[in-house]
Amino acid sequence: MSGAFRISGAGRLSQAKTARFSFDGQSYSGIEGDTLASALLANGVHLVGRSFKYHRPRGFLSAGAEEPNALVEIKRDAARKTPNVRATVQELYDGLAAQSQNRWPSLAFDVGAVNDIASPLFSAGFYYKTFMWPKAAWKSLYEPKIRAAAGLGVAPDQPDPDHYSARFAHCDVLVLGGGAAGIAAALAAAETGVRVILADEQAEFGGSLRFESGAKIDGRDGFAWAQAAITRLKAMDNVRLLARTTAFGYYAQNFVGLVERVSDHLQNPGRELPRERLWQVRAKRVVLATGAIERHMVFADNDRPGIMLASAARTYLNHYGVAVGRNVGVYTANDSAYAAAIDLKKAGVNVAAIVDLRDNPTGPAIDEARALGIEINFGRAVIRAGGKLRVSSMTVQPKNGGGERTVPVDAILMSAGWTPSVHLFSQSRGKVAFNDETKRFVPGIYAQDCVSVGACNGTDGLSATIDEAYAAGAKAAKDAGAKAAKGTKPKVDASESWSRGMLGAAPGAGPDTTVKAFVDFQNDVTAKDIRQAVHEGMRSIEHVKRFTTNGMATDQGKTSNMHGLAIAAETLGKPIPQVGLTTFRAPYTPVTFGSIVGHARGQLFDPTRKTAIHPWAEAQGAVFEDVGQWKRAWYFPKAGDDMHAAVDRECVTVRKTAGLFDASTLGKIEVVGPDAAKFMELLYTNPWEKLEPGRCRYGIMLREDGFIYDDGVVGRLAADRFHVTTTTGGAPRVMNHMEDYLQTEFPHLNVWLTSITEQWAVIAVQGPKSRDIIAPLVEGIDMSDEALPHMSVREGKICGVPTRLFRMSFTGERGFEVNVPADYGQAVWEALWAEGQKHGACAYGTEAMHVLRAEKGYIIVGQDTDGTVTPNDAGLDWAVGKKKTDFVGIRGMSRTDLVAKGRKQLVGLKTKDPKVVLEEGAQIVGDPKQAIPMKMIGHVTSSYWSENCGRSIALALVAGGRDRMGETLYVPMPNGTIEVEVAGMVFFDEKGERLNG
Amino acid sequence: MAKAAAKKTAAATPSAERRAALAGQELSATGVKLAVLPPAERISLRVPEASVAALSKALGVILPRKPKTSASKAGRTALWLGPDEWLVIDETGKDPLADCAKVTALHSAVGISHRNVAISVSGPAAASAINSGCPQDLSLDAFPVAAASRTILGKVEIVLLRTAEDAFRVECWRSFSDYVFTFLSEAAGDAAA
Amino acid sequence: MLLIRCPYCEEERPELEFRNAGEAHIARSANIAGESDDDFEKFFFIRSNPKGIIYERWRHMHGCARFFNAVRDTISDKFIMTYKAGEPKPVKLPGVAK
Repeated sequence: MSGAFRISGAGRLSQAKTARFSFDGQSYSGIEGDTLASALLANGVHLVGRSFKYHRPRGFLSAGAEEPNALVEIKRDAARKTPNVRATVQELYDGLAAQSQNRWPSLAFDVGAVNDIASPLFSAGFYYKTFMWPKAAWKSLYEPKIRAAAGLGVAPDQPDPDHYSARFAHCDVLVLGGGAAGIAAALAAAETGVRVILADEQAEFGGSLRFESGAKIDGRDGFAWAQAAITRLKAMDNVRLLARTTAFGYYAQNFVGLVERVSDHLQNPGRELPRERLWQVRAKRVVLATGAIERHMVFADNDRPGIMLASAARTYLNHYGVAVGRNVGVYTANDSAYAAAIDLKKAGVNVAAIVDLRDNPTGPAIDEARALGIEINFGRAVIRAGGKLRVSSMTVQPKNGGGERTVPVDAILMSAGWTPSVHLFSQSRGKVAFNDETKRFVPGIYAQDCVSVGACNGTDGLSATIDEAYAAGAKAAKDAGAKAAKGTKPKVDASESWSRGMLGAAPGAGPDTTVKAFVDFQNDVTAKDIRQAVHEGMRSIEHVKRFTTNGMATDQGKTSNMHGLAIAAETLGKPIPQVGLTTFRAPYTPVTFGSIVGHARGQLFDPTRKTAIHPWAEAQGAVFEDVGQWKRAWYFPKAGDDMHAAVDRECVTVRKTAGLFDASTLGKIEVVGPDAAKFMELLYTNPWEKLEPGRCRYGIMLREDGFIYDDGVVGRLAADRFHVTTTTGGAPRVMNHMEDYLQTEFPHLNVWLTSITEQWAVIAVQGPKSRDIIAPLVEGIDMSDEALPHMSVREGKICGVPTRLFRMSFTGERGFEVNVPADYGQAVWEALWAEGQKHGACAYGTEAMHVLRAEKGYIIVGQDTDGTVTPNDAGLDWAVGKKKTDFVGIRGMSRTDLVAKGRKQLVGLKTKDPKVVLEEGAQIVGDPKQAIPMKMIGHVTSSYWSENCGRSIALALVAGGRDRMGETLYVPMPNGTIEVEVAGMVFFDEKGERLNG
Repeated sequence: MAKAAAKKTAAATPSAERRAALAGQELSATGVKLAVLPPAERISLRVPEASVAALSKALGVILPRKPKTSASKAGRTALWLGPDEWLVIDETGKDPLADCAKVTALHSAVGISHRNVAISVSGPAAASAINSGCPQDLSLDAFPVAAASRTILGKVEIVLLRTAEDAFRVECWRSFSDYVFTFLSEAAGDAAA
Repeated sequence: MLLIRCPYCEEERPELEFRNAGEAHIARSANIAGESDDDFEKFFFIRSNPKGIIYERWRHMHGCARFFNAVRDTISDKFIMTYKAGEPKPVKLPGVAK
């Protein structure tokens, strides 16, 4: 027998399949199909947690996702520790290990419970009021202490070893909630043949049919009908059933986020299964069948373990075969608790008394209870619960005062009525309406193509629910484009029905009392706290919520919201609809980070882009740096080299013989069409019309504001074809910028753009020996200086494959950039490398590339410019076509401030001590002795040790820089001030003779 | 425009070895098979309305005018990517760039054979695997056989072509192919669910 | 995630394929170089940022790659309509009271 409280013959689980599990180290036995909650209850365990603030002992309130108390940690191994798992949702598996939370040293004896005794200190708004001073203490003292003492579980501290899956899905009708209403709606929709998804958070579909023993549909027990309907739906190709799946968020245009818990219920999930699967569903129509949640009664010490919702006790009995006590009391304000009392009584559990707040209710439930000999007390209230770690009694009093009577009980089942679950409806931006008669908020004005059916719509009774849901399912399918249906509506033979109830504090917990009558169990909010919030000036329900934390965080007000609202309204003296409902927010229940992240972790966190030549560089032991998503070879260390030594060697070798550099990541755009030159004229500052085919030009691209946006060498392959290069990081945005102007400002031009960044691998061969290295491999191109001068381009072959061979230089040396189709990149590189070896050439990385270009004063857009630098500021006036009447940036460039004197201009800096290398980003001042804060007149943009120059070199943006040539400026640093001299930007081969050297 | 196109003489045998990205990689999971497809000839073709007939004739395949469609003939497929944009893929080794070079009508043809890598995704769960990272509706109604579209897979752009009810061709840029193949591999493992 | 109707693809497609490109119908002068400071300021810096109906540019970046225009309500975040680049600013908006 799996637990002393398991009732033979009750419930739907097969006693044969036992599962061992542990809670706080103690071993227990349960049954397959149990939740952790039902298995613990079967063993008589009610005490499972300590509350958030007061550390009060807590048990199970519910049997579902609305559970605010029974939050436990499930531990599979050191890395798989999940805190705050609802024991009422967690399915049992053999070997499950659970632990209680928020207690020390033990659940039964918790030191933190002193907070309960000291609770007058911890009233609403306590944190806001108490820990205000001194300010600094918040971060260092208060917050860490509060965080340690309060709160729920502890997050795992190891990387999550599980994986998570994700899926975009589309359907015609998405049905959320798999109870009687959801199943009926899904049947109606599915029978038309449209695509249907039916999701439910429980392991088994059926919703409240799990406990409604009085329901009969199509001649059978309600739950059995549900399973048969599910079997039918499962067999249909157009239906996807998602059990254990919570719709956590309802977003624009019927976009719904659902999390499917795939393997948390399995003993050995295996490596293949994801832990969870995120479904992002776009539905033409949504049917909300999310049901209703029973409310608790708000009375003193209503949080004692053993006090729970009547429907929960019924679920434990009718579905799991578990009695929640041997001698139970019932406290209610509506009929539904009678059904619980009746079921328990019939199962052999003693029902000590039903206490009903109502004066003289009548109806079949009451008659049946009476017939079973259960004591019924009308017009009375439970004003207090006895016991601490487990409820031991209920004290009953006439609701208008009078003599008290204490009834010994080991459980209290309560029901204040049912709250329609309008969470998802509210998330869809629908507006709820208050029904004054039934005292509940129901869907009012819809904002999306959805419909609510059944209990979440305030529809009472199974028959009405099925009628409404089946019709809504059929209509949703029709609206989504379905043809006529051919199914038959399920027939309800018997049903249960209840409505009404009460909102707010029950007698004994009313105004002028200081008892702890909990409204929100999870956040430890009492009726008194809500009143106090109003007394302290909170008028809006949104303020009351935040001041008291009622209904906040993971709870989202499932059980607490309406009670809190009613108490606030009563205190304010306003009707409920005038006080309004707080906003329901996603997620409905907590969602793991893992399921949101999905595949985007580890290798798939972000694409890592590698060039065709990458494998070669890797084999050579290159050190790589990240440039955007690209991996670029940074430098190629030889044995014993540090970075400095490697870069020095590479820089010297390039200027002495030659070097090979992988420039494949440069952005490349092919601009084709008869108006190609006209388009280039408009997008770049330079003139292009007269550039002859076969020649290249360094181009500057501005934004409309006149600041430098990008640069690069452009080759004209033919009258109507340009090969444009961009910076590596700028490639996508430059393409977007060009397309934008082409499509929207200059659509009359006959020209088209194609990204060819990845079509061509680019091998820069730079240095005096560069031509000697390339020439033997080239066919069909005259490599002489006359035929192929600096800044020209030819098409031909290299190593037998097509090439676009550029003669250009980013080092100041004679240089070439060999473009070959990407798949040939590595082979051509290897061939060039073999040739290079004959001349003592080296491979160089991005660091040497940076140093070499800085020695020549070539700028790097984004390093030496920052989005506020004009061509003139950068000393690039020569690249602006003076006769041009239009190009992007022409007007911005002439704005008053952009042509004013004293702008920061790009200049060279030489440190007085040539060995000192400045820090990039360092600020520059004119007078180092001035008072702090000093006037900063510029900053260093590029700075390197130049082995070729035998000294440090730097570029800087300095106010009026070009008028300061030779001037001494200062760079104040933490270890002292560095003296620098303003110089020209070219540090090496000022005359540029080496381009043809 | 002919003389400007990248020259390519059919006779010359390259001495440089072609090393395609992810060459030959395959993966098999329940309901899904992934395979990196062999290199193909590709062009990015831009054609104004008036030239569509001329280019269709030169290429031997009628450039489709309807969004999200493709047309295929004799191993050559033209995918509609935009109102004046097609991706032409030739799997027979014939160079569509050369065919376009003969056309005088206004157009732009740019060789991108090496820019793209193609991955075939096939099997009953192929659409599910792609839907792991692609937000489009891939049901046969919304995305029938021969449907083609540029779209998103995870964090990168792809071109998606449905080649059969249960088979797709995924094209992506070369440096994204590792990401795409890894993404699809991970997705494939869960696609049958 | 919104669905946006691309006027070139002639269907609604997921927002992930699109990118917003700022306010629409701001004409770049054919004689931009000769524009006054005030006119350039209006053209380049001033945007309407309305509460309510906004005319804006979008690009079907990872689809047909076309720029197009859209009318959106900034309060409800609903698209009222989309139309091709170059088409005139619509005067009558479907479902919107004057």
